[in-house]
Amino acid sequence: MPEAVTPLNQYTVLSAVLFIIGAYGVLRNRNTLVVYMSIELMLNAVNLSLVAFSRQWGQLDGQAMVFFVMTVAAAEVAVGLGLIVAIFRNREHTVDVDSMNVMKW
Amino acid sequence: MTAQAVVFYLFAFIAVFTAVMVVSRDNPVHSALWLIVNLISIAVLYYTLNAPFLMAAQLIVYAGAIVVLFVFVVMMLSSGVEERSRANRPIGWVRPLGIALTLLFLLAVLVAIRVAPDTALLGTVVTEGTPFAVGRILFRNYLLPFEATSILLLAALVGAMYLGRHGDTGEEEEDALEAEEADAAAQALTESREELHA
Repeated sequence: MPEAVTPLNQYTVLSAVLFIIGAYGVLRNRNTLVVYMSIELMLNAVNLSLVAFSRQWGQLDGQAMVFFVMTVAAAEVAVGLGLIVAIFRNREHTVDVDSMNVMKW
Repeated sequence: MTAQAVVFYLFAFIAVFTAVMVVSRDNPVHSALWLIVNLISIAVLYYTLNAPFLMAAQLIVYAGAIVVLFVFVVMMLSSGVEERSRANRPIGWVRPLGIALTLLFLLAVLVAIRVAPDTALLGTVVTEGTPFAVGRILFRNYLLPFEATSILLLAALVGAMYLGRHGDTGEEEEDALEAEEADAAAQALTESREELHA
């Protein structure tokens, strides 16, 4: 690995752009699965900035944080997709977010 | 431009392009496939930031496990083409709101960068994020959160299995229906026998 030359700012801006794209995906899409994928994009954007700051200060705490974020993301996806499948089975066989408007049925 | 800058710009472009593809495809399977490319390009960016352990974890956990889960669920719930196009019709006020939020957030980032000139260049202290180094900090400084994640994963496992089971209300209903049908058939059989005897 050569001596670092890419400024930290570029990583920060890239992270912000990816986060914005993910947030727009959450707003735009009505398919719950794609909304989940957009949330993953946002989590990854935050992870990228955490790793960049970890690199900036020469400390590994940021990378430990990214490890925890990955764990939480995996748990979130497992439970969330289980919820989607349960809703798909019990309601009108759709994954449209607009159809999920009651807490109990 | 050094090799590192070339790698950064190449994979930053790939990451942004694939992120746009993920949120703009109508078919969720295409979104999932673009998501894989996006996650791999971010893994490469982790490597340029001296974090090889996180690169491996990203490839295994995200590109390996999470996207496979997505693809499985998309295949299980495969909805028709007309459903897809209907489901992705954007809501009227979302597009302007999204663009406004985007510009606001970019502005905030640019202002933050402008007022923080000290962090303009990456630091000279290079700490390689090898599995050894990350493991040491995880087990020394973050032991309690690390153990808490094991509880979290156990809870997620139990929750996912509970949610994913074949709904027992539905099964009970089916069982009850079958029992009723069997009862009715048996009754009809005995009645017909009685008629025969008579």
